[in-house]
Amino acid sequence: MTSAIEVRELRKRYPQSKTDAVDGVSFEVARGEVFGLLGPNGAGKTTTIGVLTTAVAPTGGAATIAGHDVVSDQILVKQRIAVVPQRSNLDRSLRVREILTFHAAYHGVPRREREQRADALLGELGLGERRNEKVDRYSGGMAQRLMIARALMHEPEVLFLDEPTNNLDPQSRLFLWERIQALNASGLTILLTTHDMDEADRLCHRIAVMDYGRILVNDTPSELKKLIPGGNVLELHVQAEAAARQSLLTRLQQIAGVSKVEEVRGANEEQDTTSYRIYAAEAGALVGAAVQATVAAGARVHDLSVKNASLEEVFIYLTGRHLR
Amino acid sequence: MSSPMPAAIAVKERHEASQTSLAMTAFFAILVRDLVVTRREIVSFLLQAMMQPLFFLFIFGKVLPGIGLAAGGFAGLLLPGIVSLSGMLAAIQGVTLPLVLDLGFAREIDDRLLAPLPVWMVAAEKVLFGTFRGAFASACIFPMAVLILGSSYSVRTDRMGMLILMILLNGLVGAAIGMLIGTLVQPQFISLMFTLIFTPLIFTGCAYYPWTALGHIRWFQVLTLLNPLTYCSEGLRYAMVPPTRLGEVPTLDIRIVLAALIVGFAACFIAGTRTFHKRVVS
Repeated sequence: MTSAIEVRELRKRYPQSKTDAVDGVSFEVARGEVFGLLGPNGAGKTTTIGVLTTAVAPTGGAATIAGHDVVSDQILVKQRIAVVPQRSNLDRSLRVREILTFHAAYHGVPRREREQRADALLGELGLGERRNEKVDRYSGGMAQRLMIARALMHEPEVLFLDEPTNNLDPQSRLFLWERIQALNASGLTILLTTHDMDEADRLCHRIAVMDYGRILVNDTPSELKKLIPGGNVLELHVQAEAAARQSLLTRLQQIAGVSKVEEVRGANEEQDTTSYRIYAAEAGALVGAAVQATVAAGARVHDLSVKNASLEEVFIYLTGRHLR
Repeated sequence: MSSPMPAAIAVKERHEASQTSLAMTAFFAILVRDLVVTRREIVSFLLQAMMQPLFFLFIFGKVLPGIGLAAGGFAGLLLPGIVSLSGMLAAIQGVTLPLVLDLGFAREIDDRLLAPLPVWMVAAEKVLFGTFRGAFASACIFPMAVLILGSSYSVRTDRMGMLILMILLNGLVGAAIGMLIGTLVQPQFISLMFTLIFTPLIFTGCAYYPWTALGHIRWFQVLTLLNPLTYCSEGLRYAMVPPTRLGEVPTLDIRIVLAALIVGFAACFIAGTRTFHKRVVS
C-alpha cells in the first residue's frame, strides 16, 4: 500500500538565498495518520507544505501524494489534496456559499452534489445563517472555518493545515481541534504544521521536529518525551553578571545527578536575567543544590521551577531555544 | 509491499476521469466564476469601457465635423479605431485588474491554482476571459455609434467574417498584453503603468487616424508599427470602411495585419504564461 505522503531528501533553495529553506528532509505519512511538523518560524514547515501542495517547486529530492509525484503528476496530486493556509485566501469576489460551490465545481463535483454538500458543511461549521454574505465581514475564526469547509468540498484524501490555530481565540481553537479529530476518525490523512506544543501533543500520531530546514527527530509524542534525559527539568532563572554566569554554569554541571545543563538565550527580555535548564532523573531534589550554586557564583535567584516532560521541553532540549 | 490497497475502495468514481477532462472541467468552472463575478459588476464594467468612446465619438465624430474642423468622412475612419481601442483597453484591464487582487497579499487565486488543471491553463483562462471582455466592449460600440453618429457613417457588410475575426484577435492580443503587465508589474505600480503604457498605446495606435495617411511623417508611420493597436485599427478599417467612388479606402495590407497580430499574440501569451508561472509557483 502506498503511503499518503512520501518525502525523500527534499530540498528547496529560494532564488537569491544562500541557504536551503528545506535541507534534505525525508519522512513518510501513512494513510489515516495525523502527522505534525513542529518548529519555530522559518524552520521550513511552510515551504515543505508548499512543495507537497504544488505551490513551491523543489530544487532537489522527491515527494509523492498517494504515489503521485508532486512535480510531474500535479493534476492527480491536486485532485487528492486540500489546503488550509495560515492566512485567509478566500475569494472575496464571491459570496460565502459560492466559495464552496465553485471550489467543488473546479474539482468536477456535479451541481446537485456540491450544493447539498455546501449546505451540509455550512450548517455543520455554524456558518449557515451567513451563507449569502461576502467574506469581508467575517472574523478570523469564521474565515478559518470556511476555509476548512472549502477544503472538504471535494472529499480530499490528504488535508494540509498550515498553523491552523494560529491567531484563533481559545474557543475556536478547541472547536477546530475537535473537528480535526473527527475528520481523522473518518479516515482523512492530515498533515499539520504548528509551533503550539499542546496542539501537536493532542492531535498528532507522529511529530517531526524541524529546525533550520532539517528534521531533528520524528516520532510519536510519547517517544519524543522520553528523549529528555532522566525525565524532568529544573528551570532556574537568575540575575547574574557575565563572569558569574560562567562560574554558575560550571557549578551546576558539577552537582551530583545532573545529566545536562543548558544556558537558554533569549528567554527573558531583561538583559541581566539568564535561564538554566538542568536535566536530571529527580530534578526536584536538586533545588537546594542549585540555589547554593547560584549564591556561591555571586548571582541572584530570580525564579525556579520543576517541569515535567512535555514537547516544549523536548524542543528546547533538541534546539537549545524556546519556540516563540 | 504490493498488497491490495484498502483505500482503493474509498477512491471515488471521479478519480477515473481522465486528466484532460479533469483539467477542462476545472477550466470552464473557473471561466464561469469570472463571468458570474463580472455579471455582478456589469454597470461599472460598462461605464469603465464606454465613457471614453462615448465622448470620443461625440466630439470627434459629431462636433468637429459639425463645426468644420474635420472632414465629413472622418467619422467613418474614426469608428474602426474606436472599436479596436475600446476592445483592447477592456481586454487589458479585464486581465490586469483582477490579477492585482489574485496575486496580491491575500493570494485569492490559490484556490484556482489548487484545482486539478495545469498552471498555464489558469493563465489561459484569464486570457480567454479578457478576450470576451474586449470583444464585448468592441461590440457595444456599434449601437452607441448608431445613437451618436446616426447616418453620418456606414459600415460595409460584405466583410462580416473579417470584422468578427478582427474583434476577437484584438481581444486576444489585449488580454495577452494584460497578462504580461499584470504579472510583471507590482500591484502598487499598476496605476502608474496604466499611464505609462496606455497613453502611448492609445495615441500611437492609429485609432484616430488611418495609417496610410501618415506617409508624410514617415518616421512616425514606422514608429506606429511597433504598436499592436495599429494592426487592430487598420484591420478593422479594412473590414468596416465601405469603398468610396475612388475605390477601396487604403489600409495596411490585411495579410500583414493578420500575421502581425497572430505573432504578437503568440509572443505575449507565451511570455505572459511564463511570468504568471513565476509569480504563482516559487
